[in-house]
Amino acid sequence: MNKTLNNRAWFMVLPVLLLVAFNAIIPLMTVVNYSVQETFGNNLFFFEGFKWYEQVLTSSRFHASLTRQIIFTLVILAIEIPLGVAVALAMPRSGPWVPVCLVLMALPLLIPWNVVGAMWNIFALPDIGLLGYVINAIGIDYNFTRQPGSAWFTVVLMDVWHWTSLVVLLAYAGLRSIPDAYYQAARIDSASAWSVFRYIQLPKMRRVLTIAVLLRFIDSFMIYTEPFVLTGGGPGNTTTFLSIDLVKAALGEFNLGIAAAMSVIYFLMTLLACWCFYTLMTRGDEQ
Amino acid sequence: MLELKNVSLAVGAENWIDDVSLALSKGTLNVLLGPTLSGKTSLMRLMAGLDRPSSGSVWFDGQDVTGVPVQQRNVAMVYQQFINYPAMTVYENIASPLRVRGADKKHIDAEVRRAAELLKLTPYLDRTPLQLSGGQQQRTALARAIVKNASLVLLDEPLANLDYKLREELREELPKVFAETGAIFVYATTEPHEALLLGGSTATLNEGRVTQFGPTIEVFRKPNDLVTARTFADPPLNTIVLPKKGAKFSLDGGADLPVPVELADIADAAYTIGFQPHHLSLRPPVPGAKALRARVQVTEITGSESFVHVEFGGSRWVMLSHGIVSLEPDETVDVYIDPRHLLVFDMDGNAVRVPDRKAA
Amino acid sequence: MARIDLDHIRHAYTADPRSEADYALKEVHHTFADGTACALLGPSGCGKTTLLNIISGLLRPSDGKVLFDGRDVTALSTEERNIAQVFQFPVVYDTMTVYQNLAFPLRNRGVPEAEVDTRVREIIDMIDLGGMADRRANRLTADSKQKIALGRGLVRSDVNAILFDEPLTVIDPHMKWMLRSQLKQLHRRVGFTMVYVTHDQTEALTFADVVVVMYEGEIVQIGTPAELFERPSHTFVGYFIGSPGMNVLPVKLDGTTARIGEVAVPLPAPVKIENGAKTELGIRPEYLSLGREGAPFAISKIEDIGRQKIVRGTLESHPVAVVVGEDGEIPADARLAFDPAGINIYADSWRVEPEARA
Repeated sequence: MNKTLNNRAWFMVLPVLLLVAFNAIIPLMTVVNYSVQETFGNNLFFFEGFKWYEQVLTSSRFHASLTRQIIFTLVILAIEIPLGVAVALAMPRSGPWVPVCLVLMALPLLIPWNVVGAMWNIFALPDIGLLGYVINAIGIDYNFTRQPGSAWFTVVLMDVWHWTSLVVLLAYAGLRSIPDAYYQAARIDSASAWSVFRYIQLPKMRRVLTIAVLLRFIDSFMIYTEPFVLTGGGPGNTTTFLSIDLVKAALGEFNLGIAAAMSVIYFLMTLLACWCFYTLMTRGDEQ
Repeated sequence: MLELKNVSLAVGAENWIDDVSLALSKGTLNVLLGPTLSGKTSLMRLMAGLDRPSSGSVWFDGQDVTGVPVQQRNVAMVYQQFINYPAMTVYENIASPLRVRGADKKHIDAEVRRAAELLKLTPYLDRTPLQLSGGQQQRTALARAIVKNASLVLLDEPLANLDYKLREELREELPKVFAETGAIFVYATTEPHEALLLGGSTATLNEGRVTQFGPTIEVFRKPNDLVTARTFADPPLNTIVLPKKGAKFSLDGGADLPVPVELADIADAAYTIGFQPHHLSLRPPVPGAKALRARVQVTEITGSESFVHVEFGGSRWVMLSHGIVSLEPDETVDVYIDPRHLLVFDMDGNAVRVPDRKAA
Repeated sequence: MARIDLDHIRHAYTADPRSEADYALKEVHHTFADGTACALLGPSGCGKTTLLNIISGLLRPSDGKVLFDGRDVTALSTEERNIAQVFQFPVVYDTMTVYQNLAFPLRNRGVPEAEVDTRVREIIDMIDLGGMADRRANRLTADSKQKIALGRGLVRSDVNAILFDEPLTVIDPHMKWMLRSQLKQLHRRVGFTMVYVTHDQTEALTFADVVVVMYEGEIVQIGTPAELFERPSHTFVGYFIGSPGMNVLPVKLDGTTARIGEVAVPLPAPVKIENGAKTELGIRPEYLSLGREGAPFAISKIEDIGRQKIVRGTLESHPVAVVVGEDGEIPADARLAFDPAGINIYADSWRVEPEARA
């Protein structure tokens, strides 16, 4: 809210601006460029207008992967956000166990994505993997490489395992910022645990939860590495999410124009969704 | 000399600071008095160069310094929160501005010890701030501001987080400390009582405007308008709107207030009459004063004095009486307004007359 | 509403207190009568908040018992004690309206909705928030929020006591006056037992019928505002209450005369002091006057604070403050006169009751 007058500050942010330019703006422009042209190699390009966009938007394959993507994102948000909040609430607020819990929570976040995929791949194998073996042992027919249901279950479980901690840490930080007086007042007013959650903890966590939902939305919407390593988009196309489909189009089938148009649509959708979330969740917050 | 010329600060559609002009001389103590959100902190940030005014200019010693960043201005600031480097000793905390400047060791030592002596910190130089009481922590912050030898020292409610008695002690010492340095001191507070105890000059602030600036006691006794009078009154100023008819402000029930002699010629109209709580009493202050029948609401006793809250014709007044006054709520009492100390404002809130004590 | 008995309470924050110095709160044995407005007054670290937490049940005392109306509640939790508390920073439920905030404690207790409505409407009027019932609580100013916090206590008919922990800290001076007098009026109307913790003497004295002055974990005096002002039982009370505080001067007693260096001050009655005790005379600035008669007084500074002037100077090289009225004259070479009614004698900092006059 208070602006400083120091113009030298611009030099400080210059490296970041350059980085963003190389990282995001230039590749994005390249993609936009590809999405309106046709190429047959040899660096020959022909302008095609919105032909690729039309093709993508009317293709049933795109619709299918988009639907899968939306369902996946909604499912993991519906699991991770409440679960994360619940775990954060269950964590001790002070004492020697706090650092232990925090480190435990941070562990999954430190594992590289492809390793997570590989880990779960082995873990869930029906014959030798612990998870797969146990599920089959209790009499449920489970094979994620062959059954779509099992594949979905495994992908969702993996994502929950990997990312719920992030929600936990954010929610925990929000909880810790609530002054003790609020809890005391609630006790004096004989508030039930549910009321304390509903009227004190949840309102005070709203900002961090907004951030958690946003981060998880963006990340899950762009998920690639883990399901690629785990299922490769299969069986069939049942776990082919948008990004996997995009890579298939670009590298598998060398449809550069289609893939580029898909990328741009994909990017705009993410942007729009983020904006919607943000305005929705910060509405009436002007104070 | 620090001069603000028609300075404004607009944030969004709101004017946080609205056309403020002030001239503060070297070696003076200037109090900014106003309620929360009246613009005290914003004004200080403009003086310091932390913010740039939306319009107007800031001058220092005849030079336009508008837009010159705070680092180049030799300004020290002390805040309501006790801000020190927690890992450094008190000695190092006080020495830090000199170290930054690269002063030599001997000079630093002499300066630190002098400031520590001035603020009674000598026994604590080897401790860290967390081992000190709140008062000592704030003394450390003050010592650091003094050692800096800044030409402008800004104190933003520096005593607000201290205990009542500690506040009293530090408040008494501060003017002495100020007098020694020759810098321009600016002190923001919400409390009229604090402004009066500090003395110096006072600028009263209301909604981003400076409503009056002058020697503290003069602003208190001769406010230019109703807003200033209200800002500078604790307990709150008592007021009542009365029509003037000839030589009298007529009150209901036949009790009139005489119009002060020097105001005899003003037009017959409605005026807002203001008077301080200690100018309302249970006994006639002058022979022939007319009694008003007021209803007691509540009595607060502080030991030496009593504050009696009374209601008269829809106005709520506070009466300050010496000694212990035991009046029950809803009791009716005769009260008297001291006609020698009336503040008269026209219906736009401008002072028509402020009491001239010599003439009274 | 309840009578509160503090029965030989002591508290130490360390697990195994050995010496007296380990106790943050030294022995307190006192009763607050039903319906009293009581203030706990003292500087930070004096133990007043510890005592408040013991009454509210947040803290269990190391020794002693807390009784509400004769019932031992020492082992009971805050909610079981049926108390209400107003904190330093206003606590309101942000997402609720003013009405819902006030209804909250009643609804939690399963009070029928019709009764909730009558009670809440009554309290909204009482705390002067009529017309704001449906406003969101987080949009209100600090003083209104503090009223809501108070209202949540008042709305319950089963409350034993309402506790206040420096409730005016974040309120502007003008609003402080309003809130303070409203609180006092409310107390008269509802007659709840109220305990108010503060470091601000004005707040304590104006609010309370009984003020408990605490210093370094100990209660140094319990009395009415007038008693604390006129007969401080410890020099600390003299210093802490009153602005400026009481002047304390070392004296030698000689029958009904106190000698400060060369200056002789007549006492209203003889005072008997143990041999070897540090003897001091305490007199408030309000009981000193400047004129042509009296002891030589060197004025160093005059502070005009509007309705009165504070004159600072030295008497026999001891600093002394004198309060002079707004229109009071200060002669050029003023002399200092003592009003015998305002003189108290202290031995080792504790007040000595004068002997009955023969």
